[in-house]
Amino acid sequence: MRAFIAAVFAFLYLPIALVVLFSFNAGRHASELTGLSTQWYGKALSNPFLVEALKNSLFIATTSAFLAAVIGTAAALGLARVSPRIRAAFDALLGAAIVVPGVVIGISTLVALVQLFDAVNPMLASIWPGDAPPRLALGYGSIIAAHGLFSMALVSMIVRTRLGSLDRSLVEASSDLYATPFTTFRSIVLPQIMPAVLAGFLLAFTFSFDDFIIAFFVAGSQTTLPIYVFASIRRGVTPEINAIATIVLCASVFMVLLAQLLLRKRTPSH
Amino acid sequence: MPGSPLRRKLLTTLLLAPAGAWLIVFLVLPFIAIIIFSVGERAPEGGYQAALTLTQYANLPARAAAFWNTLILAPVGAFACLLVAYPVAYYLALKASQRWRLILLALIVIPFWTSLLMRTYAWMYILGGRGIPTLLAYVGIEDLRLINTPGAVLLGIVYGYLPLMILPIYVSLERLDRRLLEASADLGAKPVSTFFGITFRLSLPGVTTGFSLVMILLLGEYLIPTMLGGGKVFFLGNALVDLFLQSRNWPFGSAIAVTLVLVSVVVLIIANRVSSRFSGARQVDLI
Repeated sequence: MRAFIAAVFAFLYLPIALVVLFSFNAGRHASELTGLSTQWYGKALSNPFLVEALKNSLFIATTSAFLAAVIGTAAALGLARVSPRIRAAFDALLGAAIVVPGVVIGISTLVALVQLFDAVNPMLASIWPGDAPPRLALGYGSIIAAHGLFSMALVSMIVRTRLGSLDRSLVEASSDLYATPFTTFRSIVLPQIMPAVLAGFLLAFTFSFDDFIIAFFVAGSQTTLPIYVFASIRRGVTPEINAIATIVLCASVFMVLLAQLLLRKRTPSH
Repeated sequence: MPGSPLRRKLLTTLLLAPAGAWLIVFLVLPFIAIIIFSVGERAPEGGYQAALTLTQYANLPARAAAFWNTLILAPVGAFACLLVAYPVAYYLALKASQRWRLILLALIVIPFWTSLLMRTYAWMYILGGRGIPTLLAYVGIEDLRLINTPGAVLLGIVYGYLPLMILPIYVSLERLDRRLLEASADLGAKPVSTFFGITFRLSLPGVTTGFSLVMILLLGEYLIPTMLGGGKVFFLGNALVDLFLQSRNWPFGSAIAVTLVLVSVVVLIIANRVSSRFSGARQVDLI
């Protein structure tokens, strides 16, 4: 049994380890390690297309995760105050946002937005006073919106779990001592759910930063890091891609470990 | 104390309005849009022309290969995941010490949250021409094709979705009442019959949750068949990318997407039936 478990963990981590190892390869080929070097990192980071894609991804991930953290937390708080019927309706939609495959989310967002833009752009052009009316198009906004859908559902799920284990007696004590509801929220509820909100933010960021398939459909003319990497892989496997993969993997691992620490604090039974 | 009922209601509405609006604008309406597209016709220059016809659905067999590949490899892949995942979940929940359990759980959650693109790339790197085949050539096995085969896709599926299968099974095993196992042993049951009579039976909700989640996500998978299957193992995800981004036949693509969602719903309904037969619904934490 133990040998099998060890083999499974080796299976999970060895391929990643190989990618990381060969990102430091002095030579070009995957079959032989010809010496250690960091040249591929230098090459990757001096590639202007790659840096542009990285900046886009960071911007999109930060914005969508921030929106998701705020809106998802508000939804989690709101859902604790509504009738079971409304809650069930929200649960179904939030569940769908998490479970529906990315391909379908990407396609349906693409179809709906293109129709919308086709309808709105002529109207904008007709009422615009100047010569160059603004044109709505796919890009940052559509990726942020589509990523935010999944992320918001994720944050609300994580925050609701935390709200469920909230110490109610503190809330009651606070209002018995004539604190206003807002004061109670700020000084009792918020500090207790904050780790969950932050963990949700980190996971939402990781999701958006790593997502390929949704962005592939709704990115329009923009490029995100996964889209750039996918396109480069199709042109051929190079150690430069290993270097990028290593950076991305390290960033995700850091984020996830931080999220886990945040969630584990004060919930030893988790 | 809280303000008047009216203010309370207003606050609740304000809290829920943004999420509700987002869900409607970016989930419900887009889905309605692809249903409308799926009963439309393709415009001559690509894109969509309004119509009310089932032509697109009648045309589905044109992509029969993608349907068969997906409908065979998704359940087979989910089953292969299950075979590997169950012993791991069992070990974590019932055998591992408290300290090891936390470490190993973290080690399972981390790949789940790291880029599937990068993790699939790792296998492309290993199975590709300069990876294992070159090493095998040293020991005399030449011309072995590993990448761009159904086997490589299956391997990628197990690799990509293993964490998602382990977690729900772990959760249901961890909540198992261990006294039942002792009672079974005390009453003279053999370990094998204790396992199948109690442990496996009680973990079925976790098994069905994991199986249905993995299966549904596999129905829409694109990266793994593209990167490890080359042009040879086509999934529905590949057909959809082709129809929406290359040949621009949106109505036909919409019909495929709607069918995909319907299959997912059927999978979910079956899974729900199975797990509610064995116990109440269970929440699964993904972190």
